[in-house]
Amino acid sequence: MDTIFALATARGKAGVAVIRISGPHACAALSAFGASVPQPRMAALRNLRSGDDVLDSALVLYFPAGQSFTGDEVVELHCHGSLATTQALLRALSDVDGLRLAEPGEFTRRALENGKLDLAQIEGLADLVEAETEAQRKQAHRVLSGAIGTRAEGWRSKLIRAAALLEAVIDFADEEVPTDVSPEVLSLIEACQDEMAGELAGVAVAERIREGFEVAIIGPPNAGKSTLLNRLAGREAAITSRHAGTTRDVIEVRMDLAGLPVTLLDTAGLRETVDEVEQAGVDLARRRASAADLRVVLLDGDTVPDVETMPGDITLRGKADTDPAGQISGVTGQGVDALIAQITQVLETRASGAGTLIRERHRVAMARALDALDMAHRRVQAGEEQSELAAEELRTTIRALDSLVGRVDVEDLLDEIFASFCLGK
Amino acid sequence: MKHRAFDVVVIGGGHAGAEAAHAAARRGANTALVTLKATDLGVMSCNPAIGGLGKGHLVREVDAMDGIMGRAADAAGIQFRLLNRRKGPAVQGPRTQADRALYRAAVQSLTAAQPNLTVVEGEVTDLIIEGVRVCGVVVGDDELRAGAVVLTTGTFLRGVIHIGDEQRAGGRMGDKPSVRLAERIDDFGLPLGRLKTGTPPRLDGDTIDWSGLDMQPGDDDPVMFSFLSKEVQARQISCGITHTNEETHAIIRSNLDRSAMYGGHIEGVGPRYCPSIEDKIVRFADKTSHQIFLEPEGLTTSTIYPNGISTSLPVDVQEAYVRSIKGLRDVVIQQPGYAIEYDYVDPLALNAQLRLRAVEGLYLAGQINGTTGYEEAAAQGLVAGLNAAGEACDLEPVKFTRNESYIGVMIDDLITRGVSEPYRMFTSRAEFRLSLRADNADQRLTPLGLQAGCVGDTRQMQFIDKMERLRAARSTLEGMALSPTALKAAGLQVKEDGKRRNGMDLLAFPDVTFDHLLGFEPALNDILPEDRDQVAKDALYANYIRRQAQDVAVMQRDEAHEIPAGFDFLVLEGLSNELKQKLHRARPETLGQAGRVEGMTPAALTLILAKLRQQSRKSA
Repeated sequence: MDTIFALATARGKAGVAVIRISGPHACAALSAFGASVPQPRMAALRNLRSGDDVLDSALVLYFPAGQSFTGDEVVELHCHGSLATTQALLRALSDVDGLRLAEPGEFTRRALENGKLDLAQIEGLADLVEAETEAQRKQAHRVLSGAIGTRAEGWRSKLIRAAALLEAVIDFADEEVPTDVSPEVLSLIEACQDEMAGELAGVAVAERIREGFEVAIIGPPNAGKSTLLNRLAGREAAITSRHAGTTRDVIEVRMDLAGLPVTLLDTAGLRETVDEVEQAGVDLARRRASAADLRVVLLDGDTVPDVETMPGDITLRGKADTDPAGQISGVTGQGVDALIAQITQVLETRASGAGTLIRERHRVAMARALDALDMAHRRVQAGEEQSELAAEELRTTIRALDSLVGRVDVEDLLDEIFASFCLGK
Repeated sequence: MKHRAFDVVVIGGGHAGAEAAHAAARRGANTALVTLKATDLGVMSCNPAIGGLGKGHLVREVDAMDGIMGRAADAAGIQFRLLNRRKGPAVQGPRTQADRALYRAAVQSLTAAQPNLTVVEGEVTDLIIEGVRVCGVVVGDDELRAGAVVLTTGTFLRGVIHIGDEQRAGGRMGDKPSVRLAERIDDFGLPLGRLKTGTPPRLDGDTIDWSGLDMQPGDDDPVMFSFLSKEVQARQISCGITHTNEETHAIIRSNLDRSAMYGGHIEGVGPRYCPSIEDKIVRFADKTSHQIFLEPEGLTTSTIYPNGISTSLPVDVQEAYVRSIKGLRDVVIQQPGYAIEYDYVDPLALNAQLRLRAVEGLYLAGQINGTTGYEEAAAQGLVAGLNAAGEACDLEPVKFTRNESYIGVMIDDLITRGVSEPYRMFTSRAEFRLSLRADNADQRLTPLGLQAGCVGDTRQMQFIDKMERLRAARSTLEGMALSPTALKAAGLQVKEDGKRRNGMDLLAFPDVTFDHLLGFEPALNDILPEDRDQVAKDALYANYIRRQAQDVAVMQRDEAHEIPAGFDFLVLEGLSNELKQKLHRARPETLGQAGRVEGMTPAALTLILAKLRQQSRKSA
């Protein structure tokens, strides 16, 4: 059985974060940090090291198998809540042999397998699963609507093509398929290798996978969204002008809002337009807004824009500097403090959708995928005798990328095969 | 009216029916096989070949359970070829052209020799039903009572044959459709779908100009299907190869509107991997030529099966385009090609024993479940026959799993995912392909067969002896401990890590052969050539198989959680409506099967598991 770990606390303003490790290697993980295992169920202070560096000084708890939340052997690290610390610890854990990040719901699943949940807790599971599914949907949406999503889509189609070529030569050996597909397979693999290696190197600093909460500012054109964003950010992050439709892309500003990591999204004004570029901007605005944790709808006068809102969303009438009925103004700063207070109040009650875990999951997925892809490359080069092994490595690659590119089914391969070759005797 | 009592009655004498009847009889069930004509047992109604990639694997697995298809194919084989001979053993598939008459004779003599098996000639006109249970069949004036019934009637459900714009009702050419039985099936209210398939025109080989055509011979060292077979029995022949050309394509293109398919007479979905020549020309318009194999149907007939040009064009067009092909200028068509449309039962309605969930005592196998191919049919027949016997004689169900067999992969695919086109086996469907090899089918399945009581004495003794020899060979190999220095001295390249390696470790290296090891250990010389070959194949994938062990463990854990028959997926809170509906339709029997229903998430699985726990605690 694998040993799994994850951040057990929600990201937020808290000073302490808890990382839970569950499974037979939980104590081994602690040794990997150069720390000794405390007495069962007794808190102890331990320095967690990576080589000579102390990553954190944390309160550590050990629960023997059968006496823990999951029923497995469990170690909990109560560490400092800063992003840098938790990220460093999670990364170090994923480098330990036999440890991997937990899948959503996996701790609960183990508790269930081990008979550690009582009936009342089981009753509550439906809500939990619903919440997790929603969180996953949001995460997937965010990843796939970002730049990495576009790239992942490219990898997906290249890998399916490469796998389909290999499988076609294996499964249709007695038919009219090209006998040597290796040049095309190798070039597809190499293209993915290059891009994935680049992405992997950039993951640590990538701004594209967003940390913390997303707050989208939406509304009709020229309602003062960009001006408000600039006021909130305290700098000229978005280009503002008096012409309606100035913002066509989605502008992101990362900021610390009363201690919460927040990415503000300034979106194109929502209106019907014949300008293709602007229409694309409007569509993007709607997509990003619906995936965000919170929407601030800014009204221009009485016009209520056609936008889907969810409970907790904030609607305000803008341009208070010129409109006597206005509630907020980016120009004068009127109402901005109240807005910040309202945003933080809503967000504090919610767990963050995106964050460190997703980033770490992607890093691990990509590292594993790259390893398998390198092996696949070698197997293809080794020639026909190893084609089934090359196919196996490609399968491993695709499975590792599941969380990024979505599930690839044998039917996807068959679709590609039958679309490419005229098969059938 | 006469009454006779059996444990199991099998309806239909095709590949599914024959294998089902034999399997039930081997398990000790008193079995009747009902077929229209006893002389039709073992008829190959489509192409005269058995095996191939994935399909050859299935035949080996049927054989490992002591089934008949492998032995019959070996008796009838006239051109054996091991496909993918140059690739790894996991993806090598045995195949043979089979003489139709010899194949039929082999099936009929195996059937005559099988204890507990009675062949009944006649048409099944009705099922005998008591409550929700099928307890026999009506054949003419007779009632055959049975503890379980296996239905293997192929394309008989609303079968329609199309040749151009001509249509006639029928299963295969020359057979009459069984209308009353079909009506009875309708009464069960099963979910049905419609599929189509086709065959090419049959040619008179004496009117083919073979000079100037490429000929493809069989392998020099034929690889057979059955683990019991020692040598080829029939004379070996070659197949001819010719090609369509631009003239052929022009004739077909200008007559497309007269094809049943393109004339709008057919609504069923055809298989993508077995397209008609019309389909090939429309979908791959830029190809100017398609390959055709001219396959002899036997040693004593002139009939040739031109593989690659199945069609539903009218007879005059078939004649015109066939005669435009090299070598076929004066050819005589013995029987025109045709397309056939038929209803199939959505296999989501079946459980893992291939029993209808809604009808007790009734099992379905073969084309009626939406599959295609003799091998797929035979494998299903085996599963249905073994389990029908189990139900009738109060024996344990026989379970096939994805990690142990292609049979398990197929059954699981059918009952958890259903079909959208005729289902055919490919090796790429098996996620544990490297373990599921044709060469180790006996090691994987014969123990299961022994446990089920369907393996005869001859095979049992041969198998136990072989296992003992392999065990000894492995233990000799594992007893070796060679240092990198010693290996290097013998010219073998390994990492200089100071690690000692044993013989099995070394055989996993792609460039190390058994012969390389002989010099290190004299006892290796005593190992038989076929056993050397087998342990080398077992060793080759050992690292990959170890890596997959965890996936297998996860699958087995989920398979161990059984979902009771009455479990209500529709009231599960926390799942989307779409997912609830899919689960409701597929009715998975285990958590593992549920996980393979399209759109499932780990969280949703946890929820089902929670509900199961909750129910078992409440009832405890």
